[in-house]
Amino acid sequence: MIYTLTLLLLFQLAGELLVRALELPIPGPVIGMALLFLTLLARGRVGDELKTGAGSLLQHLSLLFVPAGAGVMLHLQRVASEWLPITIALVVSTFAGMAVTALALKAMTGKAAGVEKT
Amino acid sequence: MKPMLITDTWVYLSASPLLGLTLTLVAYQLAFWLFKRSGQRAWANPVLIAILIITLFLTATKTPYPRYFEGAQFVHFLLGPATVALAVPLFAYWSRLRRMAFPLVVALLAGSATAVFSAMAIARVLGASLETIFSLAPKSVTTPIAMGIAEQIGGLPSLTAVLVVLTGILGTIGFPTLFRALGVRDQAAQGFAVGLAAHGLGTARAFLVSEEMGAFAALAMGLNGLLTAVLLPLLLR
Repeated sequence: MIYTLTLLLLFQLAGELLVRALELPIPGPVIGMALLFLTLLARGRVGDELKTGAGSLLQHLSLLFVPAGAGVMLHLQRVASEWLPITIALVVSTFAGMAVTALALKAMTGKAAGVEKT
Repeated sequence: MKPMLITDTWVYLSASPLLGLTLTLVAYQLAFWLFKRSGQRAWANPVLIAILIITLFLTATKTPYPRYFEGAQFVHFLLGPATVALAVPLFAYWSRLRRMAFPLVVALLAGSATAVFSAMAIARVLGASLETIFSLAPKSVTTPIAMGIAEQIGGLPSLTAVLVVLTGILGTIGFPTLFRALGVRDQAAQGFAVGLAAHGLGTARAFLVSEEMGAFAALAMGLNGLLTAVLLPLLLR
């Protein structure tokens, strides 16, 4: 786990440095992910430790969103006064985004994709 | 003497990061236990329940959010390494993903544009303030990326963080019904759509369904993050 965390932080750091150096409009962790991906691609395989470590971190990914979500406390007033546009915009756009993406894939990948079970 | 002791202990604890951190983990464990007990029902969303528990606790104890965040930031910080870690499932499914590259890119462009512009248009028509509209624009993208975008285009990063989490919860709760209604059964398509529209929270749930669905969700989340981070600031300039 410590090995995995070290590795992930190093790649994140490399991503941050690259973003600063090249003034990219993309956040550092995303570049870090791309760098790690390219490294894995070049090596051709994932080490066992990284595989289990990354797996256990991703398994609890939703926990990591909790602190930011609790920040709703700071915006109660705005959310209360603009609740209608916010709610409708969130609901419609989230469902529309999912529907368009899934239907586009369904249309393009054809029958083969439809056979698999949920 | 006893009440005095309790007050002293509270004064000490409420100033230390231990409380915020422990509260976050305990609330999540509790919420996850409820989610399991409900038979993993979509409406018993663990993130939503954990946020409810935390905000109720903070309100009841009159603890300001920044004080809570001093402890919770250690959990929040892990979003960065977790984003990097997404490279692992991506790599595992790379050969399959590459074979579907063209449909995936088309679906990405269509879905991403739909999510961003429908949110902005609806909020505008319904009379939301400009700050709210710009805070809504990147809400389908994962938190660290969305907050960066919001800052660039004139939204409120902390409001965006909340909207991102709400979007993730909505997508996670709604996708089983939506895909049943649309007749989308393929796990790759489901995963890609959930990851695109509901970022890390959708991806986390997709991994609970299957690793394949999770990998496609992770890919969509990463790609949509990249696409939105590059295009939105340029388009809104």
